[in-house]
Amino acid sequence: MNASKSEPRQKGAPLLQIAGLKVDGFSDDRWHPIVKGVDLRLERGEILGLIGESGAGKSTLGLVAMGYAKPGCRITGGSVTFDGKDMLSLPEEELRLMRGSRIAYVAQSAAASFNPSHRLLDQTIETAVRHGLLGRRLAAARAVEMFGKLRLPRAAEIGFRFPHQVSGGQLQRAMTAMAMECRPDLIIFDEPTTALDVTTQVEVLASMREVVREFNTAAIYISHDLAVVAQMADRIMVLRHGIAVEEAPTRKMLAEPETEYTRSLWSVRAMSQAERPETDTHLSIEGLSSGYAKSVKVLDDVSLKVQRGRTLAIVGESGSGKSTLAQVISGMVPVWSGKMVFEGQVLPSGFRGRSRDLLRKIQMIYQSPDTALNPRHTVEEIIGRPLEFYLGLRGEERDRRVVELLDMIEMGSQFLDRLPGELSGGQKQRVCIARALAAKPSLVICDEVTSALDQLVQTEILKLLDTLQQELGITYVFITHDIATVRAIADQVVVMNGGKLVEQGSRAQVLETPQQDYTNLLLSSVPEMDPDWLTRLLAERRGGAIAAAN
Amino acid sequence: MTPAVTRRRRSWFSRLLKEMRHARFTAWFGVLVILAYAILALFAPQIAPYNEATVAGQPYMAWGGHFLLGTDQLGRDVLSRLIYGARNTVGIAVITTCLAFLLGGTLGIVAALYGGWLDQLCSRIVDVFMSIPSVIFALLFLSAFGSSIPNLIVTLAALDATRVFRLARAAAGNVVVMDFIQIARVRGESAVWLIRREILPNIMAPLIVEFGLRFCFVFLSIAALSFLGVGIQPPTADWGSMVRENAALISYGNITPLLPAAAIALLTIAINFVIDWYLYRTSGLRDER
Repeated sequence: MNASKSEPRQKGAPLLQIAGLKVDGFSDDRWHPIVKGVDLRLERGEILGLIGESGAGKSTLGLVAMGYAKPGCRITGGSVTFDGKDMLSLPEEELRLMRGSRIAYVAQSAAASFNPSHRLLDQTIETAVRHGLLGRRLAAARAVEMFGKLRLPRAAEIGFRFPHQVSGGQLQRAMTAMAMECRPDLIIFDEPTTALDVTTQVEVLASMREVVREFNTAAIYISHDLAVVAQMADRIMVLRHGIAVEEAPTRKMLAEPETEYTRSLWSVRAMSQAERPETDTHLSIEGLSSGYAKSVKVLDDVSLKVQRGRTLAIVGESGSGKSTLAQVISGMVPVWSGKMVFEGQVLPSGFRGRSRDLLRKIQMIYQSPDTALNPRHTVEEIIGRPLEFYLGLRGEERDRRVVELLDMIEMGSQFLDRLPGELSGGQKQRVCIARALAAKPSLVICDEVTSALDQLVQTEILKLLDTLQQELGITYVFITHDIATVRAIADQVVVMNGGKLVEQGSRAQVLETPQQDYTNLLLSSVPEMDPDWLTRLLAERRGGAIAAAN
Repeated sequence: MTPAVTRRRRSWFSRLLKEMRHARFTAWFGVLVILAYAILALFAPQIAPYNEATVAGQPYMAWGGHFLLGTDQLGRDVLSRLIYGARNTVGIAVITTCLAFLLGGTLGIVAALYGGWLDQLCSRIVDVFMSIPSVIFALLFLSAFGSSIPNLIVTLAALDATRVFRLARAAAGNVVVMDFIQIARVRGESAVWLIRREILPNIMAPLIVEFGLRFCFVFLSIAALSFLGVGIQPPTADWGSMVRENAALISYGNITPLLPAAAIALLTIAINFVIDWYLYRTSGLRDER
């Protein structure tokens, strides 16, 4: 392992030791256990990956390592020992001195963690200066040095910018610099790259790894993405429902996972359905341009064809215009120029110009089921409305159809009376699917429908969509940033970047033999289940750059 | 399938009864007080011993005998006037508040839903209304058009509607940006559906709270206008003016003038108890999961 290559370890004196930790969380007027007795041991300079689904207790565990329980949480048992000190009994004053200087924290959303009205440099050095560890000037020099090490562009000047003036990836690196400022013994990374695009993620991961290794800092790296954790961690711990399910060195975990649950964490990657035969054109888009507020152009001359009963995946990073394209098709954003032909007829721009029957035929499923369902409507009202509205079903006929649809999405009639707040994320997304199906559509646009869900739930939803397509012959336009999803479900693939169409073709053509540089970059940036992937990729890219320079 | 059918047929009233079984004491108290007031207001002529305008005895008679709570400065029975006052004051306040919510609430949601020039127009008109002190505005309006009860209701409703508009617009503004509103729009739903079924249920909580407060404020406005002589005209009984007319008695240690004030206070407290319970029900039990 890498850690053993660095400094010799102090035998028997771990940096962080957590034993039998139990944490309760408060909800529904009572306390529920969130962490149910977890043991954890971290040596100096070692990186531990914590992985699990949302609600597994990863973030809670990460914060407890700093002697901190989130509001609404309480520590009910166990011990946390950091460098020989009992973190749970230290007075708040001493804990505060240790946080930021000896233990640092890097949060998921750097954009929300920086104060928008202070410059980056001031925020980076704040802890060191206020704790009196460094003088202002020395701290600033150190921050600039760290900006450079993290490969932020123009390291000397970037600190004078405000958070909104730099990109998300740069902000995340600035936050890492902030955490490293006091040269802590331990850094907690809580999903630091989850909100980033894949191409950005690679750079951020590489720079974070380099810095942490250079200063021999121990780290806990929390993520739901095993492939990402594998690049960073020496050892991985899988958490589920507050219990450590499995713990092993990274290579061993990937090569021979012991539990079924650990294997299921990369189940989406294992999914791949056979390509469906070619059919006639269902929707064709020719020379489409569109945008917002008459001046912000988002889509530039996009042409594509969607075949009946097949799945077209539109891939791209944030800002590529893929979601706007979905909104143009469904009529929420007007067409500037170009035309769309749907089932042999020109599709009017804007939903107000479309007949009710046309509206019925094109349905959309949204990324976030939390905001796509009216929190005050029961499941029955949500699914029943399109039946009444489009198909004119009433009374018993309608009730029967609602239950049929619930069966289709593998949920039973006991859910009829539930409100969305009483469903899990996966169940909510299923209800969204049922609502779309209720209209008997011929084309369904899926806008990042799985990205808000856990891996295991993602697989279930994708399988459900696939089954429904086979039964009902629906055409899908599948918008996603996740290549594993594309591999799992697409027949045709379209790659978008900066509002333009970069490449299109069958799944095999685009994924196996990409023709464009951008497609190559995008595909190679997707983390693989291989601890050496990042190292190899960086070497390849560097080699490529040297070759190009020569 | 059958549970789905029977469940929906369950009546609104039986659901309410089921709710009440789990309600706390304060909620019960509030509901009972409101019911008592409603009965008094509806059956005032049957319950009250005298007519509100009848001079039945000597001025300022003591409690007891024919006049349970004595008589006022003209010799009218205070108990009868209190009972009739429930009808007049509460009735006018209910109608005024409902009208204010219908007008302000609808316009507020519509403004939030459509935005653009419609929103601008409504908001600026409301700004103009709000820039004039409300009592002055009411005085102006009532002296120009005469102080009848319909005029009083319309004036107060229009003034209160401006406050309701602001609240409804702000609350609805947070809801209209949600995906489910866009989904309903693209489905082709009418504006009435969007307002009634999609938006209104989500902004009910703040509106209901505001309803309770506004209702009490309307009481005070009516009392203030009656004091200024443009509110409810004598001899119609009204709690606000009853306090004023008999105010002199307080100096003699007689608490009769405070009875109408106590009636207002009790109703106010009862209404807010019920609203608290409603809020607890909607936010506590159903939402936070």
